[in-house]
Amino acid sequence: MSTVMSPVATTEAKSFTGFTGAPVNVGWAGFKPGAWTQEINVQDFIQRNYTPYAGNANFLSAASDRTQTLWGQVLELMQAERENGILDVDTQVPTGITAHAPGYLNRELEQIVGLQTDRPLKRAIMPLGGIRVVESGLKAYGYELDPQTRETFTKYRKTHNDGVFDAYTREMRLARHSGIITGLPDSYGRGRIIGDYRRVALYGVDRLIEDKKAQQTSLEVDVIDEAVIQQREEISEQIRALLELKAMAASYGFELGRPASTGQEAVQWTYFAYLAAVKEQNGAAMSLGRVSTFLDIYFERDLRNGTATEASLQELIDHFVMKLRMVRFLRTPDYNALFSGDPTWVTESIGGMGADGRTLVTKTSFRFLQTLYTLGAAPEPNLTVLWSEALPAPFKQFCAQVSADTSSVQYENDDLMRPFWGDDYAIACCVSAMRVGKQMQFFGARVNLAKCLLYAINGGKDEKSGEQIAPAFAPVTGDYLDHAEVMTKFKQMVAWLAKTYVNTLNVIHYMHDKYCYERIEMALHDRDILRTMACGIAGLSVVTDALSAIQFAQVKVIRNEQGLAVDYEIDGDFPKYGNNDDQVDQIAIELVELFMDEIRKHKTYRNAVPTQSVLTITSNVVYGKKTGNTPDGRKAGEPFAPGANPMHGRDTKGAIASLASVSKLPYQHAQDGISNTFSIVPTALGKTEGDRIDNLVQMLDGYFHDHGHHLNVNVLSRETLLDAMDHPEQYPQLTIRVSGYAVNFIKLTREQQLDVINRTFHEQF
Amino acid sequence: MTAIPPTPSSYCLLPAPLPPEQDCRGFIHSVETCGTVDGPGLRFVIFVQGCPLRCLYCHNPDSRNSEDGKEVSVEALINEIQHYASYIRPPGGVTVSGGEPLMQPQFVREIFRRCRELGIHTALDTSGYTQLETAIAVLEFTDLVLLDIKSFDPTLYERVTHVSLEPTLAFVRHLEAIHKPTWIRFVLVPGLTDDPQNIAALAQFVGTLSNVERVEVLPFHKMGEYKWNMLGLDYALKETPPPTPEQIQQVTEIFQRSRCNRDSSPNSGVLTTGSRASRSLDGM
Repeated sequence: MSTVMSPVATTEAKSFTGFTGAPVNVGWAGFKPGAWTQEINVQDFIQRNYTPYAGNANFLSAASDRTQTLWGQVLELMQAERENGILDVDTQVPTGITAHAPGYLNRELEQIVGLQTDRPLKRAIMPLGGIRVVESGLKAYGYELDPQTRETFTKYRKTHNDGVFDAYTREMRLARHSGIITGLPDSYGRGRIIGDYRRVALYGVDRLIEDKKAQQTSLEVDVIDEAVIQQREEISEQIRALLELKAMAASYGFELGRPASTGQEAVQWTYFAYLAAVKEQNGAAMSLGRVSTFLDIYFERDLRNGTATEASLQELIDHFVMKLRMVRFLRTPDYNALFSGDPTWVTESIGGMGADGRTLVTKTSFRFLQTLYTLGAAPEPNLTVLWSEALPAPFKQFCAQVSADTSSVQYENDDLMRPFWGDDYAIACCVSAMRVGKQMQFFGARVNLAKCLLYAINGGKDEKSGEQIAPAFAPVTGDYLDHAEVMTKFKQMVAWLAKTYVNTLNVIHYMHDKYCYERIEMALHDRDILRTMACGIAGLSVVTDALSAIQFAQVKVIRNEQGLAVDYEIDGDFPKYGNNDDQVDQIAIELVELFMDEIRKHKTYRNAVPTQSVLTITSNVVYGKKTGNTPDGRKAGEPFAPGANPMHGRDTKGAIASLASVSKLPYQHAQDGISNTFSIVPTALGKTEGDRIDNLVQMLDGYFHDHGHHLNVNVLSRETLLDAMDHPEQYPQLTIRVSGYAVNFIKLTREQQLDVINRTFHEQF
Repeated sequence: MTAIPPTPSSYCLLPAPLPPEQDCRGFIHSVETCGTVDGPGLRFVIFVQGCPLRCLYCHNPDSRNSEDGKEVSVEALINEIQHYASYIRPPGGVTVSGGEPLMQPQFVREIFRRCRELGIHTALDTSGYTQLETAIAVLEFTDLVLLDIKSFDPTLYERVTHVSLEPTLAFVRHLEAIHKPTWIRFVLVPGLTDDPQNIAALAQFVGTLSNVERVEVLPFHKMGEYKWNMLGLDYALKETPPPTPEQIQQVTEIFQRSRCNRDSSPNSGVLTTGSRASRSLDGM
């Protein structure tokens, strides 16, 4: 530690000693000491030092001239990128924390620096996930992989993707190929891991390395078994990654060994740590965590010291956020079609309450939301408000206003999650809560539950291809679907699916740890962490309504010449999910529990705790395309509802009835999140702007009071979206929320755009 | 203009005999769980069936005939409302609209009485066309009245609604006398209700009422036209355009002038004296 100690310890700082007993560094001057000074404990640091803010948004500053100039530059680059698919790519150098020379947007103006490669928006190749994806990604945009790099990753260095396919069973390949299990991270980075990037700012890299070395020593135990060997190797990799982080920062002229000592440094240090992660990993979701209130502590100190102004602090956040909006990965057009554009899920969790009852809202919570005005609306970073009924009213009002103006914010229920995860969790990706630096997940994408129902009816044969995918259980043979018979067969199929699914995920994550380990992200975690196995389901509302139709109406089976059930005729009415009708909402609840209970029966890799999500992002469109006619009346190819949403047009009792149905789904059986997307036209939200904001706040309070987990809020008119389809050039920043995520509307495929427009727009009067 | 159905003689001002209290049932058209435009906050809106008025611009002509509705008990409605308790906390609540709620006074009174017991705010969306004694019974449990005055000129009122203005004026005077919080609503129909003198007279009258918290100028829209067609009725306002934002603005200003010293949101067609809507929240 001595090398990084500042020689100028202040009087205040001398009142306590650092973790090594040496005088404390300047980075901590003015901070209240506590457990955090003795151990790596950011939560304790925050709790002892932050300043809750219960006021309104009037203090905020507008974009500075520098910000406007810089952002203008970025918009121009993004425009060129849209026209060409990608702006530029390095076809030779495999990615890494130190793989590329420093890059700048505009060195004179940038207050926060650092790019993934040596030029803005230039993409890097990340072959450790899979070399084939790199090649096809390059080819799609007219580039060729450097032959030597190809040789390296085909001849000398195996990738995650190769490992997975070496171990997949026939059953796993079939399930993957038919699309009953889909979106698996078997050819790209799994993501959904959040490094505690704040640690770098608070402690400096040197202290973190020291801590990791102590962890290594602690693992010199009597029995060096497989688990210990794996952990020891991983910690060594983590230390290496930390050294690379330091070297990367040094190339930009910063000494990251020591703690940050100003607000600007705190942002820069935190960003460098995050940057190292996105230089190294092309994870499906590369979330940021929960940095705003942490950074606020440094900002408040600067304000007290008179070394910052509101304008200068907003500028720091603006420049930070600008960089987060520029994170890019090389992905295939297929992948982009599935997830709409260039999703990176740089999720930042804002607000929430502390365990002691004080709000975690600070002025910097507002400053992050303010970037949607200073820089305009955007999908990234994925700004996520942790909503509590106890949040200060002016903050709630500001959130609602930002939502009404930009449709760029998602909300998650802090009152529901805090008892599970404490008060320093963050959202990874869309809806996955995890304690920062103490927990990670094995991302498992999702299964297609609607297809599973069709397999149950067809004895394991795919309804589109006729291929035998699941075991040949007895099919339904009657002309009408009998509820008891269908349920028996469905449960049997669910049991098979859950088993195959967990086994598949075990293979994937074993190989990911082996060939594509997240060195820097895991370096910013504790030694012993909680791992979850994040399973997921799609098509919940399709299956719910189908089972309701089978139970409450007559469903006739139409079979083709091969005897395969390919269509259904429904005679009579039946209760539909989304109308706050317990008869059918109960079916949805039982489905969530049923699948979770089946998942829980299986052994998971590294003894991960199984969880599930009800989330689709925009893939509900693709899943629908791949699924035949379903007994709820949905026609083959039609999109599923996104996430846990009721099916389009079937929620007829108004928006609140729809919300009430979704809020009944049990979070304890879907701890990886339950996504709901709510779109409303402005006039349906109230007559005046004040009414609209008040009503939105009331709606959020109601939904979360009733244990709803997640809500995307879009306040947009159908006309705006139709116009944007015809004149995309006039709407470069039009942002809408889809399941768990926000997208640039003009980057959606036409099909997805139509799906969004056709989806229940709540506009009843 | 010829095909407007005459008001049936059964639609007298006196409501039908009151049903016994223990079995209070009524006829409704539908409910809306996310009401945001009929009273403050989020509201559970009950659209009752049956209306004595025959407004030319009616956007719910399917809720006119009492016989066409769905019969429900107060008990069932209250059960359903309680499912939304978290959403309709104050300032939100329950609004009974229609149709004309005062056609079924016992039913509405009982809904409101039960809501009051549960601490739920109640709003009555009415034309005021009723016998005062009928209204008084319902007002006992009504927190807010949304009163639709279609015109201040009696002749025009009759032309628009096919009934007389007088009961509505008696109703509004009573509301002032008992200090009942009231929002006045006026539907602006170009070529029909937009005569400046008529509007000025109404505005002046409303300006004298101390119990009026808010005035809403509602722009005429044709979203109900398809219902007229479905019911085989002739829609007289086929050629009438919705008012322009400028027209709404002008009318709003007329109301504003007669309510000086009161806050307003001039662009929304809403004037208010409450603190809620007066906040300035212009987008940044």
